[in-house]
Amino acid sequence: MLDKAGFEDWLRELAGQFEIFGPKANDRGIVNWQKLNEGELPDERPGVPKGSIKTFFFPQPETLLEFSARPGTEDAFIPHEPGTEHKPRLVVGVRPCDARSVVLNAMPYEDDPYFHKNRQNVVLIGLACRQGCSTCFCTWTGGSPVGTEGLDILAYPVSRGYVLEPVTERGASLVESAGPGNDATGAELKELEEIRSKAPSSLPETMELAPRLREKGLMDLYNAPFWQQLSDSCINCGTCTFLCPTCYCFDIQDETLRGKGRRIRYWDSCMFPLFTLHASGHNPRGEKVKRVRNRFMHKLKYFPERFGPLSCVGCGRCVRDCPVNIDIRQVINELLAT
Amino acid sequence: MTTANERITQELRQRARQLLESGQVAAFVGYTSGSMPMVMQPFVARTPEETDRLEWNSFCVLNLANYLPALLKSLEPPRRPGDPPPEGPLPKVGVVATGCWSRNMVVQIQENQVQRERLVIIGISSRGMVDRKKVLGLVGHADVTSVKEDDNSLLVKGPGLEQEINRWDVIRDNCACCVHPDPVIFDHMIGDLKGERKLGERFKQVEEIENMSVQARWEWFTSEIDSCIRCYACRNACPLCYCPTCFVDDSRPQWVGKSIEPVDTAIFHIIRAYHCAGRCTDCGSCESACPMGIRMRILTKKLQKDVLELYGTEAGMSLDTPLPLSTYKLDDPQDFVLTESLKGEKK
Amino acid sequence: MNPYLPYPARIDDIVIETEDGNLKTFRLVLEKKDERDSWNHVPGQFAMLSIAGKGEIPIGIASSPTEQGHLLFTVNRAGVVTTALHKMNVGEPIGVRGPLGNGFPVDTELKGKNIVIIAGGFAFTTLRATLIYMLENRADYGNITVVYGARTPGMLLYKDELKQWQERDDLDVHITVDREAPGWTGLVGFVPTIAGQVKPSPENAAALICGPPIMIKFTMPPLEEVGWTDDQVYLSLENRMKCGLGVCGHCNVGPVYVCKDGPVFTRAQVQKLPVEF
Repeated sequence: MLDKAGFEDWLRELAGQFEIFGPKANDRGIVNWQKLNEGELPDERPGVPKGSIKTFFFPQPETLLEFSARPGTEDAFIPHEPGTEHKPRLVVGVRPCDARSVVLNAMPYEDDPYFHKNRQNVVLIGLACRQGCSTCFCTWTGGSPVGTEGLDILAYPVSRGYVLEPVTERGASLVESAGPGNDATGAELKELEEIRSKAPSSLPETMELAPRLREKGLMDLYNAPFWQQLSDSCINCGTCTFLCPTCYCFDIQDETLRGKGRRIRYWDSCMFPLFTLHASGHNPRGEKVKRVRNRFMHKLKYFPERFGPLSCVGCGRCVRDCPVNIDIRQVINELLAT
Repeated sequence: MTTANERITQELRQRARQLLESGQVAAFVGYTSGSMPMVMQPFVARTPEETDRLEWNSFCVLNLANYLPALLKSLEPPRRPGDPPPEGPLPKVGVVATGCWSRNMVVQIQENQVQRERLVIIGISSRGMVDRKKVLGLVGHADVTSVKEDDNSLLVKGPGLEQEINRWDVIRDNCACCVHPDPVIFDHMIGDLKGERKLGERFKQVEEIENMSVQARWEWFTSEIDSCIRCYACRNACPLCYCPTCFVDDSRPQWVGKSIEPVDTAIFHIIRAYHCAGRCTDCGSCESACPMGIRMRILTKKLQKDVLELYGTEAGMSLDTPLPLSTYKLDDPQDFVLTESLKGEKK
Repeated sequence: MNPYLPYPARIDDIVIETEDGNLKTFRLVLEKKDERDSWNHVPGQFAMLSIAGKGEIPIGIASSPTEQGHLLFTVNRAGVVTTALHKMNVGEPIGVRGPLGNGFPVDTELKGKNIVIIAGGFAFTTLRATLIYMLENRADYGNITVVYGARTPGMLLYKDELKQWQERDDLDVHITVDREAPGWTGLVGFVPTIAGQVKPSPENAAALICGPPIMIKFTMPPLEEVGWTDDQVYLSLENRMKCGLGVCGHCNVGPVYVCKDGPVFTRAQVQKLPVEF
């Protein structure tokens, strides 16, 4: 257990070793991931920051390769892996849903060296949720407001500070480096137990969604009648996909500037018509309804068929920020009723 | 006692039901309330029964004109390229329109994106819509679970939150400086036309920035857009953005990088704004759709101001007034690109 | 190993295949000996051709693994990367990432079977690789029938090889063009029509079909008429791809990634998927 001052000291200590990030409000009051300066603690208001944690593992953009773009030189246009390393990162104030998204994304990214390098380079310190928000539904997707999947340490917010629960070995050694701290008092242990027992009840009732959706016929769900009306409202922007922690699609492109070239990958969205456009002009998902359906089917049916769990952690960002109020919880209910 | 918006909702449902029942329209575009307070869902009613879901309140912010071209096309009988146009009148669509949206429909008609005879427009004179982000700002970005509206106030509730807010304190910036609340084209009106609003400081937001030094202006612009995630919600919420391939998506040639390099983001916002010059009605759909709270509307407002000063026109005020940047007159002044005031500034 | 890092290679030879000049076959040689020696692919697989500064493009491998020391890619000029590639000369550097995808099951399901190859236009490339492989291992397969068509005689690929194959007596080859053309003495008619005339027997057989979707659509009824079933028919899908590793999400057809699970599927597999290809 560290009180607030102790936690601050600990972060100050770790700043030598890590760049420290956490949720922080900007001048418009929007909480997002930012570098924390000395003495700053993560914003603790309920709910998730605006953007998802994928930015640390699947940065926008990621340099895949570099090359010289000076014609005539010996190594011209011969790509190699990028040489730059950045300082290890420590992210504090991570909600359990966000941390779990990293574990889910690791499934398709199993053989991706960049993703793995980022995982090695980024330590996650979680912040248990005392209470869910009206847009939260982690309990439908296999998560929990006090879940530890993907975290190195889980911090429980108690009145004096934080009770730290190490999750990984790496987390344990960092907790050790904090020194003895204060012993949690009986009252604090009671607070911790209360978070554990009460936080889930502030969320929708737990559902084992993945097995239920896996059982359903693929084409029955695909051909369900509700997709058309759903897509009537959609403006086909990328807000849901870009804010979503488990949307991991990307495009690859080469950029050259003043003799230097790089191949980058950057976020792409299956909502965009060009996502599937073939060089021949043929487009397998040329109609909006197909694209809207693909996004939800990928999260709720295709991904579970391939990997088991849903590709959704119930953080509610897409619900909160969709300009036309398309709500994945309603889509889930429609699919369950199909 | 019912509120003005509740009375509009009732009449809107009746009108829409009538249009669908009588077969005058094949679909009716309005709003329905979804799962989130303060975010209305644009909604296409295709049966008389579905019109009961239509709703009107202060959060109807996504421009409905945006949906018309694709919806009208989807109602046409399918045909292949080269097939002759179908014979006889094509199915119509009913739609709600306030001042700005009706003006966007005028622009769409002028640009051959929709046909007037295929629209049945239900006009509503706008009282101005509420900015959800301003409300959230006033309540410290708390979790809002319900908002009850009265004619002049909002009662905002959430866990540990109950706050009454004066509606006029949280009106959208574009609505606050709007002088044309009345629809310019319509087939039926709900309520009365209100007439032009008199407003002293129509371009106040723009003038504040115009009065900055060049350096300060650039800093304002770069910091305004620095949180952009390139989701294109602003573009896709805009009824003017209907190009089959947007310049940002084009790969031959590639005009702009696709990631979030500041220079690429800046080019996207500048070109998007310029593409709207002389066409934008300041409906605010772009800004309302933005998840990051970027005020990109100020850019288009500046262009609206310039076009008004240079050509004396505003987009979509009448079907007979051509769009200033897609027409010319023989007596156009030679120096219309560089006005005296801009020349003065260059020195 | 970084799967995004292409093997350095050099263009060793370029052949203009078609009269419109839009199809060229590039012979590539991997620069490093160990990479050249360890390269191994299955006919039907593809690779990403990488031009630094322009990008990457997935192209089916047109050479058979039995043709050692080099790789062949027949490329249609369509987008940014293929246009850049068409402007390149012998000796210029290029990158190759692969082999990717599954390929035709030449050493498993297809072994011991009578093989029918049906191709239209420039989709013949990976079937050329397959045919060469089968001819090198001729004893492993029964009768081999080829139906291949293009719009005009000048649009046929691999013209010299076509002639040689027609002369072989262990191969039944039917080359067709869409319309009569001056100097053309061969078959005239669309690929589905010719396939219907050839009437290949479905007995202990497999058909490998590559071509435009419309050709595949019209080729199926005449085959079904003589008793072919969907699990005997192998297709190669061509969705837009970026990573080639089943990660980037571009090429999914339902739960399937064309780049990783395909591009080769039986028609029976495809029938269970949404029509998003």
